[in-house]
Order: sequence, then structure tokens, then C-alpha cells
Amino acid sequence: MPEKYHIKTQPVPPISPRIGKYGMVDWREDCARCHNCVKKACVYDRYRQEADYIRNLSDVDTLFFDCMGCFSCVQDCTKGLLCMSINPEYQKMGNSYWTPDIIKTTWLQAETAKIPVSGAGYRGPFSGKGFDSMWTDMSEIVRPTRDGIHGREYISSSVDIGKKLPYLAFNGDKNAVNASPLVSIPMPMIIDMTSPAHTLPQLNSIIAQTAVNTDIIAIIDSRQWQGNDKQLDNIAFYIADGEVIPKDALKKTRLVEIPDSAKVMERIKEIKKIHPGIVIAVRVELTTGGVERAIKLAESEEVEVIHIVADPNGNEIGASKPRFIKDMTRHIHTALIEKGIRDSITLMAGGGIALPEHMAKEIICGADLITINLPLLIALECHLCNSCKPGMVCPAKLEKIDINYGVGRMTNLIAAWHDQLIEVMGAMGMREVRRLRGDVGRAMFFENLEEETFGKLFGSRKNN
Amino acid sequence: MASFSVPEKTIKDILPENTLKTLVPQEEVTRVVKTAPSRYRNEIAKFIVHRNLNCKRCGKCAEVCQYGVHVLKPGYKYFAEPKNHLCIGPACEKTGNFCVAKCPNGALQLKENPLFKALGDYRWPGDLILATWKMAETGDVPPAEYGFEYECGNSGGGFDRLRFKFPDKPPVKIDADKIDTSISLNKRGDGRPEIKIDVPWYGGGMSFGSVSNVTQLSKARAAKAWNTFTCTGEGGYMERMRPYDDHVITQVATGLFGVREETIQRVPIVEFKYAQGAKPGLGGHLLGDKNTPAVSKMREAVVGISLFSPFPFHSVYSIEDHQKHIDWIKHVNKRALISTKVSTPTDVDMVAVGSYSAGTHIVHIDGGYGGTGAAPDIAKKNIAMPIEYAIGRVHKFLADEGVRDKVTLIASGGIRSAHDVAKAIALGADGVVIGTVELVALGCVRCSRCESGRGCPRGIATTDPELAQKMNIDWGTQRIINLYNAWRKVLVGLLQRFGMRSVTELRGRTDLLMHLDYANDVGVKK
Ligand code: SF4
Ligand code: SF4
Ligand code: SF4
Ligand code: SF4
Repeated sequence: MPEKYHIKTQPVPPISPRIGKYGMVDWREDCARCHNCVKKACVYDRYRQEADYIRNLSDVDTLFFDCMGCFSCVQDCTKGLLCMSINPEYQKMGNSYWTPDIIKTTWLQAETAKIPVSGAGYRGPFSGKGFDSMWTDMSEIVRPTRDGIHGREYISSSVDIGKKLPYLAFNGDKNAVNASPLVSIPMPMIIDMTSPAHTLPQLNSIIAQTAVNTDIIAIIDSRQWQGNDKQLDNIAFYIADGEVIPKDALKKTRLVEIPDSAKVMERIKEIKKIHPGIVIAVRVELTTGGVERAIKLAESEEVEVIHIVADPNGNEIGASKPRFIKDMTRHIHTALIEKGIRDSITLMAGGGIALPEHMAKEIICGADLITINLPLLIALECHLCNSCKPGMVCPAKLEKIDINYGVGRMTNLIAAWHDQLIEVMGAMGMREVRRLRGDVGRAMFFENLEEETFGKLFGSRKNN
Repeated sequence: MASFSVPEKTIKDILPENTLKTLVPQEEVTRVVKTAPSRYRNEIAKFIVHRNLNCKRCGKCAEVCQYGVHVLKPGYKYFAEPKNHLCIGPACEKTGNFCVAKCPNGALQLKENPLFKALGDYRWPGDLILATWKMAETGDVPPAEYGFEYECGNSGGGFDRLRFKFPDKPPVKIDADKIDTSISLNKRGDGRPEIKIDVPWYGGGMSFGSVSNVTQLSKARAAKAWNTFTCTGEGGYMERMRPYDDHVITQVATGLFGVREETIQRVPIVEFKYAQGAKPGLGGHLLGDKNTPAVSKMREAVVGISLFSPFPFHSVYSIEDHQKHIDWIKHVNKRALISTKVSTPTDVDMVAVGSYSAGTHIVHIDGGYGGTGAAPDIAKKNIAMPIEYAIGRVHKFLADEGVRDKVTLIASGGIRSAHDVAKAIALGADGVVIGTVELVALGCVRCSRCESGRGCPRGIATTDPELAQKMNIDWGTQRIINLYNAWRKVLVGLLQRFGMRSVTELRGRTDLLMHLDYANDVGVKK
């Protein structure tokens, strides 16, 4: 059994004031100055924290504090002066895909490295678009045990990147099949390049160190690499078209990424010549035709890894009726199976992976592993406000953060995602993430459940 | 379908008559509706009536308002703060008694309360919470003028998009008091007691540890009053529950906390919890904070450490193993009915039939969207199918296997209203288990903080002695009794409209349902 994968974490508190979902509005006039003010009774001590915060205020960001929304003070105030409302600052964060709730839970995980737990059942919509239109399975009584969560059995989350051996043949005690190089990482996640909009000083150093700490791999544009050689085991250079190959550094890495282009095969040969043991990923943007291109590329002998990338919200890029990443992945995965070449390609998928369940669901839909970047940025208290341009003010002060803070927060987030992957796999009775790939039997899809349940009873579904 | 169960002698052959019930004296709780107002000073209002400085205190508003919002106490110079929670809002404009229009000085304004937007969520919108509070207060459905949506939530799927298709007028006229809402929990005909409950629901398991003992006892007493059940949850049997033994289900869960022969013997139903909807496949987890001295004593554990119930039962890997479990309980308690609680995986129908064949009386399927205790967010949202999909599957599969009338099918995991109960039954369940709604009746605002620190700030899901004091048992009992009464009224009203004498006639009647997102054209000639 391989050594158990464990990420070392420690709490990293936020540097900006917390932005809670709820805020209290206090109509102070008319206050009776009760001896036993309800504010003192707040179980979460929010009023005192607020007072302390205001007292120590150096710059006024927001006066809403992170109330837990229990309504106790509102309902008990002698004069009924307190009113709770949804914090407008909270609602402003993110966008329709990267919702305030996603940002908040990401912050929490980056702070604590813990799995978010809450009471009182599920609060959200019945189902939704994209990843919200599927549920993962669980195994009831009849399958063998799986108790990796509490540590009695090991659930492996490691994946191999590269061409898998199609079969084994032996010559004496030696394998006679030509083995392509494989890269193993302990978690089905790769850190993708951040968009140029988010290029901040330090960001690459933080990401590189996070990759080292978590033993996964970060893709970094070779033009921006200034890091230290010791990190190269956990770095995959992205070498743009026509860019010179950083030969010496490249030889110390295990994985490299190049963009898809007309000359991609020559580029592969060129790199393999320099470093035959390296695994090469071809980045295919999922624009219209991207899906077909990925399938086509997979057919060529030279290509080992395809990295498909949708837009940040998981949509097909530039399409009028965009397909979602999970559906495009399913399509590619199925096509490769039909062609009998699924295992000669590793499929990495990125774009729209915002929550740990998206990682599990995307793998069920056929990706071997996923790539992320925005969640890690959010871990640094980014609001996704798009203010990260020169001359604008980043509310998370990303330009000033300390490297240890950044690495700590990102590491925590990855650890929390790993633990949640294990939870979901434990529930399914799966002990290996490799076997989860494409196993749609371990998921339930909205369309199917609706059709089987309500379609039979109520006819055709209205388009809405 | 082969049945694995061994024929048993009838209960009377085995035990003398007087042990059919617990030997502990049982306390009476009467089923009467009494007003049980909110335990908070300020009730949450949907609308605010604002009075400005133009008010000349003429008293017109107090005179016209039919709902007692404006109060000018005799001898007082100024009006008291408007009782906003009594105001019916814009609907008042049409009544001819709209204070805002009647005020000669234009001193009044009616606004939506911004507070209301902060209350509730998709599954439990503010309306449903306030309506449930009203039902728990009065024992009746909220008055129509208030326009509360108390039938559905706003989740955009499942129950929230299903509606009943009522006939224009009832096929037969049946008096409300002639309608039977009881269901039977033992359909096996195996000589064990034929337990009937008066309403097609019972209370779900909430352990002492996850909720306060006031909450647990209030639930038990209401169950007693309504001749139905409550469940211990995993965590042991409080001594104080003994006077209600005949209405308690002992839960045997994977951690086996507090499970002893004696706690199995004293109750009429024992429930095996294999999994639960809110955290399917994940077992239970009581955070260390909540493991107080009292809790640890009952669970026979060490104070302050987190307590895990593993998943699954490590002694059960097959239906045959499951049967051994059931046989064990049946042997220890010769009068007990067995319930098997499972969650809703893809093969939930197989699990249900397997469980029947192993000898269970009740198959209890628990969908993912309910639950009261602490659960990982990732599990609540993503793992296993919503109950709305599972009920029909299980119902049909049991019927196809020819055993549907030999087992009671109970559904849970997101039953929030009497309409949800009726819809679950129409989809094929015999009855339901409820949980969250009982907590809402006790004043829960669904803030989701039940698990953290000292637990529920409203004193419901907490073992913190100070917080738990916020509520007393009589009040709690009354709130739940009232809620049940209101729900039963709604259910009876539905059955009357369909001309049904018994709720059992509703089971599986999907033909009476329609879905707002579908054409509903099946069987309609085009
Ligand atoms: S609503 Fe609850 S958490 Fe928020 S400030 Fe009031 S008492 Fe504290
Ligand atoms: S009717 Fe208008 S002026 Fe008269 S008491 Fe009411 S608010 Fe004041
Ligand atoms: S709007 Fe109608 S219900 Fe509300 S306070 Fe005025 S008169 Fe009363
Ligand atoms: S903590 Fe909040 S959600 Fe939990 S029982 Fe109390 S009021 Fe309800």
C-alpha cells in the first residue's frame, strides 16, 4: 500500500474583515438602554466583535459584520430596534456562476482546511444547471465496506498522467511492451495557469510552493518562471507557440504543456528529444470544434495527455448555445472508448470546477483529473470583483499578501477538497479515484431521473 | 420472491398478555389545541406599517384596521409600536379598511419588511416558516388573508412543482369527522402487534446530543397525544422518555451508542439506521463540543471527544447479514416491529425489497434534502437522489415483486408541509417521517448553526444547559400538538375534495397529481 496521502494544514485566518451573508441594521434612536441588552446575549458574540472592529478600524471597508442569522436579538430586543438584512456587500461578490455562497465556503475552507459542515438540512434549489444537474451515488448495505473516511481503510486519490500500457508482455522477467512515461500525483488535481487578468506579484511563487506542499503539479507559463529549481518536480511549464524551450529547467520537470496548433506534433517531437522521459499535455481550448479537435488529437500516437479547457464558468467558449464542461467531457470520453483508445490518453479538464463535488462529478463524466485556478485565487480572499487592474483597488489587497499566508490558504483549500473527495468516494464505496473515471453508474442525472419518474407520469417536459 | 423469514408463533403464544406493553406507567398527554404564542418578544413581520410625524392621534387607523395592528392604549398619549406581524399587507387595499388610505393626515406608509428577505431559503422560504409558526401557535392553517404559501417551498423541483388535480366538486360529500387518517405499520401478518398511528407521519430520530432534552420530550409527548411515534435517534434512551415508551422508536445505528437489551425491549418499534439522507454513506458525527457530561453518560463515552458512528454496519455486507440483525432484535423484543432506514442510492428499490425479505415491517427511505443534524454540505446537496424520485421506484418495485401490501413504506427527507405528506403518499408511500418541521414549530429559523459551538442559539438543537432553558416542555409539546392538528386538517380537507374516506386510498394515486414543468398529457387523447 502506498504511503497515505496527507496534507499538512494549519488555520490561516483572513486578513480582511469577514463578509457575512447577514448584517444587522440597528435603528439606534429610541433605544431603551436596557440593562440586559440582547446584544450581550448573542451566542456568537457578534456585537462585541463588531465594536472591537470599529474601534480598531484603520480603513472603513464595511460595517456589516458576520452575523449568523439566528434572529434571536431581532426578536428579543425590547424596542424591536434591530433588523437583519442580507448584506449587500455579500450579494455583490462573484457572479451568477461563482456565487457568493461558493466564495464564502471557499474562504472558510481556505481558513480552516475543514470540510464545511452545517445543520438543518439542505437549503438550496432542487437541481440546477451544469454540475447541479447530477447527484452522486452511495452504496447502501450490499457492497463491501469502505471506511476510508475515518482511516480504517485507505481510499486512494492518486492518478497517473500519460499513456497507460495497453497490455503486458514479458521477455524473461522484463516487460517487453514499450512503456510510455507516466507521472503520478496523489490527487486528481492540477493547478492551472491563472488568467493574465490576475497576474499579481507573488502569485506564481505562492502557487508553486502550494504545489510542492500538496505534492500536486502547477502549470506555469515558462515565460513567467522565476522560481527555484527545487520546486520543478511539481511544476509543469506551459510553453507557448514559438517560445524557446527552457532546456535545463525542463529536464527537471515531469510534465509539460503546449498549446494545440498546426505544428503540435513537431513540437512534441522537439520536446521529447530534449527530455524523453517527460509527459506532454496538449492544451485544447473548448471553443466550437474543440471537442472534435480533442477527439482527433487523441487518435494520434504522439499525444499522451489532452487538457481540455472551457471558460471559467464551464461553458464552451464562444458558442451561441454553449455546452457545459461535464457534457463535453462525457462526449469526448465516450468517443474515445468507442475508438478503443481511452487508456492511451489522459484527459485533464478545467473550467467551471468551483467546488470539490465538481471534481468528483467531472471525473465521473470521464475526466482523469481536473484543473483549477479560480478557487485558489478565491482562497486568497479574492471577491472575483474584476478590479485587479492597475489603478483599481483590490479588496483582498492581493498585491500585498504575505507568501506564507497565500501558501497556507491555498494548501488548506486543497486539503479540504481532498477530504471531501474522500467523503464522496467513501459514500459510493469506491476505493480508488482511478476507477471513478467515467463510471456514470455512480451518478444519477437529472434528465434521467426526471424522465424515469415524472416523464412516465406527466408526459413531455416543457422547455424552460 | 423468496421470503427468508421464519414463521413465528403469534405473540400471545410467547408472551403473557400484560407484557404487550411496557410495564412503566405511561403518562397521559391530551390531544387538545391550545394557543401557544411565540416565545420571542417581537414576532417577525412580512410588512411594516410606518407612522410618521403627521399623525394627529385621531385614532382612525385603530378603528378601521380589522387585525389589531394599531394600538392606542387608553390613557396613553402615543400609539404603541404597530403590531406589524398582524398586518395583512397590500391585500388590505381591497378590503375597504386600509389604514393607509383612511388616515386623514397621510401619516401611514406600508412597506415590505426588509427583514423578511433574510428569512428562509429555497426549501424553506420565509412564508413557509412563518406559516408553520402560525400553525404551531394556533393549531390551524394560517388565515387566508395573510396569503402565506404554506403548501410548498421554492426549490423549483420535486414536491414544489407537483400539484393535485382536484375534481370540480367532490364525488361524494364526506364529513371531516368521518375521514380516517390512520395508517397501519405492520402489514406482514406475522402475529406481531398491528400498530396503527392516527396520522400518517411520525417524528424522526434526533438524538439527545443533537437536540436538547426539552426538544426530545416535547416530540415524545406530542407523539403520545397524537398516538404516533417519535424516535430516539442514535445516542441512547433518556430515562425521562420512559413515561412515553409506547410511542418511542429505539434507533439502532452503526455506532450502537446507548443500545442495550433493555432499551430495545421497552419499545414497540426498533429502527435500524443503515444510512441517513443528509449524509448518505457517511455515518454520524457528534462534534466534541456537543458531547457534554450528560450526553457522554448516555452514550457511554468520554466527555468532549467527537463521537463517530461509522458507516456502514460493519457486521452487514449482505441482505442475509441484515436478516441476522433483524432476527436478533426480534428475538430480544418479541413484540417489536422492525423498521429499516436507508437512504436513496440508485438501487434503493432493490435495497427495499431485500430488506422486506429479511423480515422488516417498515421500509423507511430517507432522501437527501432533509435531515436536522450536522452534515457535510457536500453530502447534503450531492449524494443520493431526492426522495421524490425514490418513492415511486420503491413503491412500484415492491408491487412488481408482489409484496407491496406486506410492508409499510415510509418516506422522509424534505417533508415540510401537509401537502408534501399528501404528495409523498400519492407517489406511493404509506406515510412519512418528519423532522425539521417539528423544530420549526419550536421556533427554528433554519440558520444551520445547530452543529457549531454551543449549538442552537434558539435553544432547540443544543445540549448547552443555559441555551436549552429558552424553551419549556409544556410549550414545546403544545406547539407540536398544534402543528399536527393543523396538518391533519389540511390533509382531511384534501381527502374531502377527492371524496376519500381514508388516507390509505390516496396511496399511489399519481393520476391525481400534475407537474408544473410537464405537459401533463399522458393518457390525454390528442
Ligand atoms: S441574529 Fe443572532 S447571530 Fe446575528 S447578531 Fe443577532 S443574536 Fe447574534
Ligand atoms: S389615522 Fe393617521 S393620524 Fe389618525 S391616529 Fe392613525 S396614523 Fe395618526
Ligand atoms: S394595512 Fe390593513 S391590516 Fe395592515 S395595519 Fe393597515 S388596516 Fe391593518
Ligand atoms: S441552530 Fe438554527 S437551524 Fe439549527 S435548530 Fe437552531 S434555529 Fe434551527
